[in-house]
Amino acid sequence: MRLGRVVGRVVATVRARDLDGEKLLVVQPLDAARRPAGPAVVACDVAQSGLGDVVVWVGGREAALALRRTFVPVDATIVGHVEQAAEAPPLPPRDARGGK
Amino acid sequence: MQLGRVVGTVVSTVKEPRMRELKLQVVRLLDEQGRATGGYTVAVDAVGAGHGDVVLFAAGSSARQTELTDGKPTDATIMAIVDSWDVEGKQVWAAHEETP
Repeated sequence: MRLGRVVGRVVATVRARDLDGEKLLVVQPLDAARRPAGPAVVACDVAQSGLGDVVVWVGGREAALALRRTFVPVDATIVGHVEQAAEAPPLPPRDARGGK
Repeated sequence: MQLGRVVGTVVSTVKEPRMRELKLQVVRLLDEQGRATGGYTVAVDAVGAGHGDVVLFAAGSSARQTELTDGKPTDATIMAIVDSWDVEGKQVWAAHEETP
């Protein structure tokens, strides 16, 4: 899963079967420091997200598993809101960890 | 999902037998501001999109999750026709405002 910020929404009346009622939002992916990272994606939303929200979203086939009907062509879904995200400190150099 | 515009149809008479009944569209990718990114994809059309339509497509294994594409060798499926979208509260694009 990745972090993102909701920046917009998409209106689409004609959809593949079983996608009616699913909200479609434009999400700007973020890096761990919450800077924009990579191109925007359009995601379904099961977390009642709104514009500006920082969210966690799942990509790939698993994205459909968050929805009410799971056999749908969806590759990105917002699954939660982020209240707080801490960046882990960088790992020490490999030698210092005793690795080979 | 990603935004794109249908710019062509692929005609292919010799193809994998399970692909025979599928309509393949050439989709030019758009960013969230509606600009062409320079990339494109060939996608199975699950919604009856036409030339010039702005669409959403799902990529990867999610593309197989329609009755039309189930078990078939595809990695991109058009699953919605876009009416409009907005970013940061401003409408970026709307089908009814586009001059043909």
